[in-house]
Amino acid sequence: MAPRRVIIRNQTAEANLFARRSFIAFCGVLALLIILFANVFTLQISAYEKYQTRSNSNRIKLLPVAPNRGLIYDRNGVLLADNKPVYSLEIIPEDVKDIKKSVKQVSELLGISEERQDKFFKAIRGKRRFKPVELHSRLSDQQVALFSVNQHKFPGVFVDARLKRYYPFADLTTHNLGYVARINRKDANKLEQQGKAENYAATYGIGKLGIEKYYEDILHGTIGHQEVEINNQGRVVRTLDYTPPIPGKDLTLSLDIELQMIAKRALSGKRGAIVAMDPRSGEVLAMYSNPSYDGNLFVHGISSKNYRNLLNSKDLPLINRSVQGYPPASTVKPFLALTGLEENIITPDTKVWDPGWYQLEGLPNKYRDWKKWGHGWVDLTRAIEQSCNIYFFDLAFKLGITKISTMMENFGFGDYTGIDIHEESKAIMPSVGWKRGRYNKPWYTGETLSVGIGQSYWTVTPLQLTQALTTLVNEGERKVPHLLKATREAVTTEDNTVKYVNKEIVYEAQAPIQLKNSNNWRTVLDAMHSTVQKLGATGHAAFKGSQYDAAGKTGSAQVARIKQDEKYDAEKTEESKRDNAMFIAFAPYEAPEIVVAVAIENVAKGGGATNAAPVARQIMDQYFGDRVITSSAQTQKKNSVSTIVHHGDHNHDNPLVHSQLVNNQQVAPQQQDVSY
Amino acid sequence: MRSTGQDQQQVRSVWQKLHIDLPLLIGILSLMTLGCFIVYSAGGQEMDIVYRHGKRLGVAVIVMLFVAQIPPLSYRKWAVPVFVVGVLMLVSVLLFGHVGKGAQRWLDLGVTKFQPSEIMKLVVPIMIAWFISQDNLPVKVFTVIQAFVLVLIPTLLIAKQPDLGTSLLIASSGIFVIFLAGASWKLIAICAGLASAFAPILWMFLMKDYQRQRVMTFLNPEQDPLGSGYHIIQSKIAIGSGGVEGKGWLQGTQSQLEFLPERHTDFIFSVFSEEFGLIGVAVLLAVYLFIVMRGLWIAVNAQHAFTKLLAGSITLTFFVYVFVNIGMVSGLLPVVGVPLPLVSYGGTSMVTLLAGFGMLMAISTHRRFHV
Repeated sequence: MAPRRVIIRNQTAEANLFARRSFIAFCGVLALLIILFANVFTLQISAYEKYQTRSNSNRIKLLPVAPNRGLIYDRNGVLLADNKPVYSLEIIPEDVKDIKKSVKQVSELLGISEERQDKFFKAIRGKRRFKPVELHSRLSDQQVALFSVNQHKFPGVFVDARLKRYYPFADLTTHNLGYVARINRKDANKLEQQGKAENYAATYGIGKLGIEKYYEDILHGTIGHQEVEINNQGRVVRTLDYTPPIPGKDLTLSLDIELQMIAKRALSGKRGAIVAMDPRSGEVLAMYSNPSYDGNLFVHGISSKNYRNLLNSKDLPLINRSVQGYPPASTVKPFLALTGLEENIITPDTKVWDPGWYQLEGLPNKYRDWKKWGHGWVDLTRAIEQSCNIYFFDLAFKLGITKISTMMENFGFGDYTGIDIHEESKAIMPSVGWKRGRYNKPWYTGETLSVGIGQSYWTVTPLQLTQALTTLVNEGERKVPHLLKATREAVTTEDNTVKYVNKEIVYEAQAPIQLKNSNNWRTVLDAMHSTVQKLGATGHAAFKGSQYDAAGKTGSAQVARIKQDEKYDAEKTEESKRDNAMFIAFAPYEAPEIVVAVAIENVAKGGGATNAAPVARQIMDQYFGDRVITSSAQTQKKNSVSTIVHHGDHNHDNPLVHSQLVNNQQVAPQQQDVSY
Repeated sequence: MRSTGQDQQQVRSVWQKLHIDLPLLIGILSLMTLGCFIVYSAGGQEMDIVYRHGKRLGVAVIVMLFVAQIPPLSYRKWAVPVFVVGVLMLVSVLLFGHVGKGAQRWLDLGVTKFQPSEIMKLVVPIMIAWFISQDNLPVKVFTVIQAFVLVLIPTLLIAKQPDLGTSLLIASSGIFVIFLAGASWKLIAICAGLASAFAPILWMFLMKDYQRQRVMTFLNPEQDPLGSGYHIIQSKIAIGSGGVEGKGWLQGTQSQLEFLPERHTDFIFSVFSEEFGLIGVAVLLAVYLFIVMRGLWIAVNAQHAFTKLLAGSITLTFFVYVFVNIGMVSGLLPVVGVPLPLVSYGGTSMVTLLAGFGMLMAISTHRRFHV
């Protein structure tokens, strides 16, 4: 070290210099502090709102909460569509110490397949570790119980419950209710287009068919929201606010499930459909198509094997036959008779000679009656009672196709009835214009004769038959068939409690059919009455001994073409070419409460009188029960609070039904010559 | 009146005997108390972390009181040997140092590990103050150049570790001594010119990629909001959303929900401003200003050039901590790892810092007896 120098210090000068420099430094400190403060001031005052917003969007998330779907009841309050909890086994990976061991043990305990385990391990990759991952999507009650007992052994594993649709009557109601199934991409796109996507953010399933689809908006309800605070990893810390979802409205249908059961039993082993309706309101009491299928299969996602089986079954269970076209055969004779009366072609007393065949002048073809030797002289009543073809060949020939199709269209044939399901077919009411449009061919007179006995191109749905019959028994007053009877609405009473009341739906009145001579209604209805009531008439045997006064008309539609002199023998004919049996009926005669239409495909023996009429009888027996109906109108008291107006809004874009329709061509015949 | 005066004289003398500067102590303790509350809030509201923090504060305060007992002029004897040993340790850190958090800062002595760079924070101002105070003030040009070299050696060694924050603090502690010693303004201007010429060289050759990234992020944090810009964006959101009154203690969503990084250490100011708002910030800055004023007052009143320079340098370096930390978390400066002094949770730097305050107290209380 250098030797210490002796320094003469000027203490005061040094102190002054230092003080000056310190002051400058202090000013610097002050300036920098002001800069800091000004910067924080800018952040906290000027940009406060911006940062406040960003802070909130950091931490606040809206979690959607699905509303409970409205339930569906029958007219007597029997539950038809329920929401049942479905249990899934979930695991939060973060909370499990040794995930492989835990999954293995719990799988052994509950018998969970290796396949599901593999799927689980695939699923946990790339997921947040505190989010639950599903190991099993549908545990049985036994599995749930078994797990509950052993839950303490499996921290981080838990059972989660979700509400899913359940149809307690399974296949009995599927064609009416349709079903709810998972929202697929197509549904999602549609919801997006309709601006409903947000409301479905938490919803699992959507109505795919039937009532579930038609009233989707009413059944679904409104989404709720849970406002939660999350941390930087997205973990929910606490709930800030909760907007409960508004559950969908419950629906009460006009269906009577007991009647529906009878219908199913009556059709067991057969292919066909039954529709029963209240002609006073248009309420559908029963609508069953056999065979049916279990809608519950679709709720959880149907396996492709099961779906293929349904799709390829030759009995076509996926088709709702009650709204698909059948040749009406003789069931439409009363309507044709009415047309003849109205057009003054015939009077009630006009008689036609029936030798067993009918031939047009100058043409070789003989049109046969079902009775080989004929009925002799027949008037209108007898023609309907005996379902005489010759009478109606003659009538149809005299009316011509245009007058027939115009009147039949008034009865709703060839058009949607307006029922509240989307699966309905228009069926076919042939006319000159229709044939031109469809085949680009002129109308032949021979075809008019076939139309006269409900054959040719003419097809009607069982539902159209009930609708037309309703118009007939109401003497022109038309009703829209419908399944929805009422919605359950929350009403706040005076003491501020919420009550649920059924709100009846009022359906828009249709313009009635006006006849020039209103006595004609009675003439035709009388003929239908005696068809059932007169000994020896076609409908008599089936309704012998009934406690109510029924009226009706039989029909047997030929499905396959029969050559000129060939004789039809059901037992020797291939099943799919056998006749269809049809029947329409109403009761009580004086003041009808119920109209029924029955269609049964390819019956082994006989026709409408022996196959379809007894089925209608069973329905009516069930409907009237022990009631003995003599005469005079039964009045039923009704309290209806109502404002909803129903419009038939049809959207026939269901691909399932369309593809099935193509397969179902056998139901729509080309041309028949003979009707029994 | 007279008796009161005597009492005051007596009171003062009691603190003086204990070598405690009361205003400084009050300032320090109030910041420490505040720090405990914020560490509790930022550390997940667990008392454990507060206990650990308190223990470190206790140790640091004891160190401060111990250092305050040593007569400040005696540092001069140790300046050169300790400086030399310090530089040697920095060299050995680079050669055999323990790597922690991607930088070589720790020297493993077998018994304990410590950071030589922390000691240098005190040794450098002592060394430079001693070196300059040997001659009359104002300091001469040649002395300044020599002093610069002395400052540069440890600064570069620490920057090489790399520990940009500490090297910055050490450099500024030396430069403050030179400034306070009355280096001519012309010289200061030349040095400033040289420094800005040096900046591109620093950028091109000396800075590591992650350091360059930090500067880029500082210039535009929104360019990578989830990556390198995340810290500063979340910090600004925390501060900004505090508003005038703040969200309230323990109520800061940015910190409680862990959107803020390094909450109880480097970014504790963000937690504080989120929960206490602009009013809290004003009070906090006022306390810092008070401590700086007291430190400068001690420096101005010190009776020897060496103690004046040392006290001034310690005080201004303390302020650099404050400025760099608050500047970086509020987006004025790039992110360098500097804690908020006396408030942030953290060990070694707290002890060094309080040892520095111990020296200030020594300078304040020993002056009457050692001229």
